[in-house]
Amino acid sequence: MTVAQPTRTTQPTLIASPPGTGGEASPLPQRILMKGNEAMAEAAIAAGCDAYFGYPITPQAELLEWMARRMPEEGRVFVQAESELAAINMALGAAAAGARVLVSSSSPGISLMAEGMSYMAGSRLPVVLINVMRGGPGLGSIGAAQGDYLQATKGHGHGDYRVPVLGPSSIAEAIDLVREAFAIAERYRTPVILLADGILGQAMEPVSPNFEALAPSTPDWTLDGADGREPRVVKSLHLRPEDLERHDIALQAVYEEIEANEIRWAGEELADAEIILVAYGTAARVSRTAVQRARAQGLRAGLFRPISLWPFPAAALREASAGARAVVAVEMSAGQLVEDVRLAIEGKVPVFHHGRMGGMVPTPDGVVGAMRQAWAVTDGGAA
Amino acid sequence: MERSTIIAGFGGQGILFAGKVLAEAALLEGLEVLWIPSYGPEMRGGTASCTVIIADGLIGSPVVDRADHAVVLNPPSLHKYEPLVAPGGLLVVNTTLIEAEPTRGDLEVLEVPCTAVARRAGDDKLVSIVALGAMIGRRQLVQRDTVHQALAVILGGRHADMVAADVAAFDAGYETGLEMVIA
Repeated sequence: MTVAQPTRTTQPTLIASPPGTGGEASPLPQRILMKGNEAMAEAAIAAGCDAYFGYPITPQAELLEWMARRMPEEGRVFVQAESELAAINMALGAAAAGARVLVSSSSPGISLMAEGMSYMAGSRLPVVLINVMRGGPGLGSIGAAQGDYLQATKGHGHGDYRVPVLGPSSIAEAIDLVREAFAIAERYRTPVILLADGILGQAMEPVSPNFEALAPSTPDWTLDGADGREPRVVKSLHLRPEDLERHDIALQAVYEEIEANEIRWAGEELADAEIILVAYGTAARVSRTAVQRARAQGLRAGLFRPISLWPFPAAALREASAGARAVVAVEMSAGQLVEDVRLAIEGKVPVFHHGRMGGMVPTPDGVVGAMRQAWAVTDGGAA
Repeated sequence: MERSTIIAGFGGQGILFAGKVLAEAALLEGLEVLWIPSYGPEMRGGTASCTVIIADGLIGSPVVDRADHAVVLNPPSLHKYEPLVAPGGLLVVNTTLIEAEPTRGDLEVLEVPCTAVARRAGDDKLVSIVALGAMIGRRQLVQRDTVHQALAVILGGRHADMVAADVAAFDAGYETGLEMVIA
């Protein structure tokens, strides 16, 4: 599927040789600049999203705007609901009827959706929820933040459930993860959260406009009319505790399966790293620059980047940091990711935290400073 | 190679547009690029800024604490962004609106009367494109021809009638950047 481009009518068709090679002219892969919000929306359309429900909020508004224009063009469903509560419950209904559903919002709106998400998790309904995080708590700011990490990874709403959470750190990665989020949601019959932030939503990066499709699924549980077959039930209410516990045990078995199969992470410069940064999303981009600067100054730094935030790549992090002197969690929040880092490392290596809040973003030099401080207060004997 | 540029001024001066032109030109040259707008509660007449990072490999931080170039089109932007320019970096100052002198001695400063240059080129509204031209003329970040193509791509269609004026404004700024004596 090719991305529609509302803002231009001509496609760049440049043929050029890479600068400095003097080689034969070769066609550049045709790429276009897209905003993160728009790219995630188009990725969902390419992945076969049947229905979108949402309510405007900065910094994810362009996602909803893109869907408002593109979904009707594709003959699919777009509803700007009267509230976030309505949007998530429309999603519940559409998912129960077998639709591939996307919902998006930003932090305060996501909180409003928590009840519906719990109902969907309890009802075993697939949905992809994109949270373009902003500063909090409360109405907070519209700056990019990561303060919803614990909310997303530790359950979101009430009750004993988990939600797979994916944290992209570039627009190209966000495009891939939108498709994977739908695949995971349907494979395990669960809501999936894509945890982005204001910078990722607002920035533009080059993307290849040929977004991959996702084959339609053929579920055997959807409520599509019981004519000629046994009725099916989709619900989260099980009044008898014995029944509910049986249901919850089944849910936990699904989460174990997800933990076994859906771990994702990436590493940069880890092989000889003495100081390892752990960061996701925009904080991981800042950390990449910090690693380069630290290495230029002679400090052997590396970056461990969790992509699945739940399930958290704990074993991989433990292994990657086994020979390190210290680990520093870098986040746009007040010490949330660092809790999972500490759980993963099990006290084997000293763990530090460096974060900014409220829509402020750590600077590369600030992160290098945090690494130097971690170096100064450790003795290198941990390994 | 990784080069960061901050463009800042009043909302309505074409700040985000100038950044998009630079980003599109970099894309056309096969480079990696990251364009980030300020998206605060801004309005026409308030301050606006955008950051464009160009690289020949994976781009790291979207937050720039050592800019290679800053283009400042109004007085508050000079005050805010001069400290963020890396030593040896380029500061393009719109002297039509900015009377204050930069205070640092370790930067290359291009003082460009952007409105006057834009007016001579045919349209005094194209202030940010003149400033972008001056920066690219001075530092040769991307090719002049590629910027012309980028303007055609971005303005093509709805604003195709503006391409010639923007190319003229860019070229006027570019020539200024090539010629200006280091302040």
